[in-house]
Formats: sequence, C-alpha cells, structure tokens
Amino acid sequence: MSTGVLGKTVRGFSEALTQTLVAEDSAHGRGLLQALDPRVKLVGLLALVVAAALSRKLAVMAALFGLGIVLALASRLSLWSLAKRVWVVAFGFTFMIAAPALFLTPGVAVYRLGSLAITAQGLRSALLLIARVETAVTLSSLLVLTTPWMHLLKALRTLLVPVEVIMLLAMTHRYVVLLTETANAMFESRQSRVVGRLNGQQQRRLMVNTGGVLLSKTLEMGNQVFLAMQARGFRGEVRLLNEFRMRARDYVAISGFAVAAVAAVAAGR
Amino acid sequence: MHIPDGYLSPSTCAVMYAASAPCWWAALRRTRRKLFGRTLPLLSLFAAFSFVTMMFNLPLPGGTTGHAVGVGIAAIVLGPWASLLAISLALAIQALFFGDGGITTLGANCFNMAIAGSFAAWGIYQLVSLGAAADSRRRVVAAALAGYGAINLSALLAAIEFGIQPMLFHDASGAPLYAPYPLHIAIPAMMAGHLTIAGAAEAVMSAGLFSYLRRNEPSLVGCTARPAGVGRTAGAGGYAATDAAPAAGAGRTLWGALAVVLLMTPLGILASGAAWGEWATKDFSNSATRVRMAAASGRAAPPMAVPSGLARWANLWTAPLPDYAPHFVKSAAFGYLLSAMFGVGLILAVTWLVQRATQGANPSAEKCAEVATDTGQQMALRPPTPGRSGNRAADQSVRPPASRRSEP
Repeated sequence: MSTGVLGKTVRGFSEALTQTLVAEDSAHGRGLLQALDPRVKLVGLLALVVAAALSRKLAVMAALFGLGIVLALASRLSLWSLAKRVWVVAFGFTFMIAAPALFLTPGVAVYRLGSLAITAQGLRSALLLIARVETAVTLSSLLVLTTPWMHLLKALRTLLVPVEVIMLLAMTHRYVVLLTETANAMFESRQSRVVGRLNGQQQRRLMVNTGGVLLSKTLEMGNQVFLAMQARGFRGEVRLLNEFRMRARDYVAISGFAVAAVAAVAAGR
Repeated sequence: MHIPDGYLSPSTCAVMYAASAPCWWAALRRTRRKLFGRTLPLLSLFAAFSFVTMMFNLPLPGGTTGHAVGVGIAAIVLGPWASLLAISLALAIQALFFGDGGITTLGANCFNMAIAGSFAAWGIYQLVSLGAAADSRRRVVAAALAGYGAINLSALLAAIEFGIQPMLFHDASGAPLYAPYPLHIAIPAMMAGHLTIAGAAEAVMSAGLFSYLRRNEPSLVGCTARPAGVGRTAGAGGYAATDAAPAAGAGRTLWGALAVVLLMTPLGILASGAAWGEWATKDFSNSATRVRMAAASGRAAPPMAVPSGLARWANLWTAPLPDYAPHFVKSAAFGYLLSAMFGVGLILAVTWLVQRATQGANPSAEKCAEVATDTGQQMALRPPTPGRSGNRAADQSVRPPASRRSEP
C-alpha cells in the first residue's frame, strides 16, 4: 500500500470501520456491563467520569482506573485491545501535552536535567493530567464497547436529550459508516490507478475533488433517504421504542455506581 | 482541537455546556419544522460528511499533512444554524463512539468548533464575498478565509479554555489540576499549529469544496445575499433557516430582552473598583487602587511605575463618553443609561447599513428570494447537473424544485 496521503487516508478509514465492527461485536457479548440496562451504564459510567474529573488525588484516580479494569474484565473485554486502542493513544497524546509542564510549571525543583529543572508542581500536574485522561477514556470506552449504539442513543433520553437529536445522531452514525465505506472505495479505486508519485498539488487536488464528489453523493443520498422515509410512512413524527426494563441487577448496579462515584468525589477532594 | 476528558475542570465543562445549550436550542427551534421534512436526512448526512472529511489527510506545502473540520463549507452551504447542528452531531458521534474528544468536554468542543466556528465562517464568507459576482475568484478566497478564520477562532477559544485552568484550578502547592499551561503559553502553542497547518488544511478544503460545488452544484453556493422579506439567507448560508415567522417572534423577544438589559445598565455602578486588567495609568500611583489591584492579582504587587507600553498607548484615543459618563449629565445612573442607548443605537445603525449594503450588493438576491421559502427543497432536489458552468448559479437557483425523483 502506498505510503502517501492516499494510503494514510485509506488506513484511517479502515481503522474507523474496524473500530465500529469491534465495538458492535463486543457490545453484543456476554459480560457484566453488557447485561445491564443501557440507562444504568450511561448514568453510572458518566458519574464515574465526572468523579474522575473532580478528583484531585492520584490515589482516587488510580482506584477509579482499577475499577474500570475490573469492569472491563468482568465484561470480557480484551485488556490488550483496550491498551492498544485506548490507553496507548491517550497516553501518547497526553504525555506530549503534559511533558513540557514538568519544566515550565513554577515550583520546587526535584530533579535537574542540565539547565532545566523538573519541579514538584510540574510533576504532580503532569501525573494528574495523564491519570485523569486515562481514567476518563477507559470509563467512556467501556460504555461504547459494551452498549449497542442504538441502545446508547435511546438511553440518552434519560439525560433529556430531545428525541429529534437522538434520531439525528442515529442517522448520522448510520451514514458515517456508509460514507466512510464510500470514501474508502473511492480512494482505493483512485489509488489503484496511480502510477508513480503525485506531487503535493496533485495530491491536494485529488483530496479536494474526492471530497467534492463525496459531498455530491451525500446530497444525492439525502434526497433518496428522504423519499425512502416517505415511502415507509414517515410523516414527521419521531417515535422511539422503549424496550428497556429495570431489573434487580440494574438497581444493584446503579447503587454500586452511585456509591463508587460519591466515595470518589468525597475522597478526591 | 478535540479537547479530551480531563483537560478542563468540571465547572468549565458545565459553563461550556450552558453556553452551548441555548445555541443548540435556538438552532433546533429554527430547523424543527424543516427537521420534519427533507432537512432531517440531509442534516445527518452533512454531519456524516463532515465526520468523514475529518479523516482526510490533506497534503500541505512544506511536506506535512493536516485535517479539516469542514466547518467552513458547512456554514457556507447550510448557514450558521444548521451548520452548528451538523458539526455538533459529528463531534458528538466522534466523542461518544470514537473517543475523539471527551464526553464532559463535548459542550466546549461544540462551542469552539460548531458554534463559534459556524458563525465565524458564515460571517467571514458573507463579508468577504459581499458584492462579488457568482463566478468571482473573490468567493473562493472568501471560502478559504471562512475556513481559516473559523478554525483559528475555534483554536483560540480552546486555548483560552486551557489557559484559564491553571489560574482557576490549582492545589495548595500551586500545581495545576487540569490543563497545566497559562494563557501566555497555551495561546501561542495552540495558535502556532492552527495559524499554519490546521488553518491551511481548512482553507484548502473550504476553497476546494467551494470551487467544486460552484462548478458542479452552483445552486448550493450561488446565492449569498439575504433577500428582503425572507427569514434568513438563501442558498449559501440559508439552507435550513428560512422560516420567517419564528424569526419575527425571536426578533420581538430579542428587542424585549435588549430593552430590559438597557434598563439594567445602571447596575454597573454597584461594582466597585476597576475590572481586572482594565487599569488606567493613574491607578498605578493611587495607593488604594494598588491594594485592590494586588488583591485581585493573587497578592502579586503591581509595578511601581506605569508599564512603558501602557504609558505610551494610554492616551492614543480619548473616548467621547469617558467612563460611561457624559460630562453634561450629573446623574451617574442616567449617564450609564444614556451611554448604553448611544452604544446600542450605534451598533444598530452600523448593522442596518451593512444589511442595506448586503441586500443591494448581489443582483441575484431577488431571484434567490423566489426559492428561499423552501431552500431545503432547493438543496435536496437540485436540478440535473451535467454540463453546467460556474456562472449559471443564478439561473440554477431560480429553477423550481419540481424534479422529484422516483423511489430508490
């Protein structure tokens, strides 16, 4: 595969599609979180994310991160996959942001590297940032990896998200996948017809033209989708089937989430 | 630019959600009627399109690559309100499903990129393309600047949100609890990448897509001015916001709110001292003011002498109504009210003049008005495209949307 922008873009599309399939697959698995009511997971995990954001203590964040790992294992999620797709990416990005803070944050020097000094405040700030980000992305990933997308969207009603927005999100997600596949096919077909190397201007033109064609296809599809909706009886009213039913284990789970979140907030102050 | 969870304090996140919520509400309200028509699939599809274009690796001069958000072209084609919804949807999908950007920071990300970005892009495009012919090169430049300006404004807002974190949230030892860099580091660090790479990517994508649409789908970008008697702009920038009745209702509410705010202006007198950073040169030599300055600056004492830059530029401009107190008015409260009325009147006059200029600028505006009552149909049911040239925008825009296609 080409190492140019075409190849890079196609790889990006493939990764996004793979991620979608992996998430759908794991969401339908048999595990602790998969067995819970989506509303319980949404509210519970969101409460833990907020607790992590409120926490000022590394130990509390470590405990929440540990809880995330336990929940992942109980939900039969691969820790290796989680590490590869979530932890390494979040760490790499956050470390890049946090590393200069080691030296730039004013405070007491704890270690000298030539003329630069790592300060205690800088170290604490960088560790807090990395720990908080890792904990938050782990907990929010658990939500996505254990909940089918449509269930997650319906669960958003508990957060008073308007029904139109839920329908828009559902349709957007559906067409994200479709348009990603379309764009992928367009790039692959273009890539198969490229001989030699394209210069920067040619690559830019190619990208922009592909984007333009994709936009044309998008608008065309919008028209077709609307007519299809009309044909199926859509008259402007959005209704969502609410098949969720709270069971005993859901009440136990939401109590557990509440206790963990409150304890984390109290201990993390 | 997609701020992940953990970089902003929960209170900042809450404020950003609170700032975004009215915009989402207003945008939904404006598009609600259309949502029950063709806008529903089109908005979703445009959001999906924006999402996919964010994955395009755009080669840039200098050998690097960048990603565009797509806010420039979305604002030009959909108008600011529908654009902010479409980009917000794309950001929500990214955050919820792909973990790109946080859930707690979704409000901030939407405010920066979808809301501020859409309005900035739309405003810049309208301003720069003012009076330009449909096939003018200036429109392409306007599209590029719209994308460039929007993405940089978004970056600046994100940098400010980052930069205020260490000022507001730190522990007893002074260690920042969230994003660790103050404004003087966060802003240059953020803007360096966006003024060059990300800004260039957005400019190239906006200009390129605009050119493509003008060549192949001119009806979408051909009409730029706001025609008289129509709720919002048509064609470029008005696709989903053409309902005149809600606009009139919203207008009355806004006038009412403006009147209330005007009457409340004397409340400003209740605040004692000067706002932080808005000190005058004389404040540096006044001991009472110096104490207040130090108290408001974390007990950091202000310099003894007036900073040289401040001293040099302080008298560059003398305001006609200094301290909101015209010299002929004895009552401070009345002076405040008078100043507020004067300021508001000035803004309204300038707005009216710009509006007049905009209406008269584009000869195709009248034609656009004929179809602007259902621009959604104009967009979704565009006429067949083969063999069009870019300068036929006005002709295309007035063709009635009658070419209903058969069920796919």
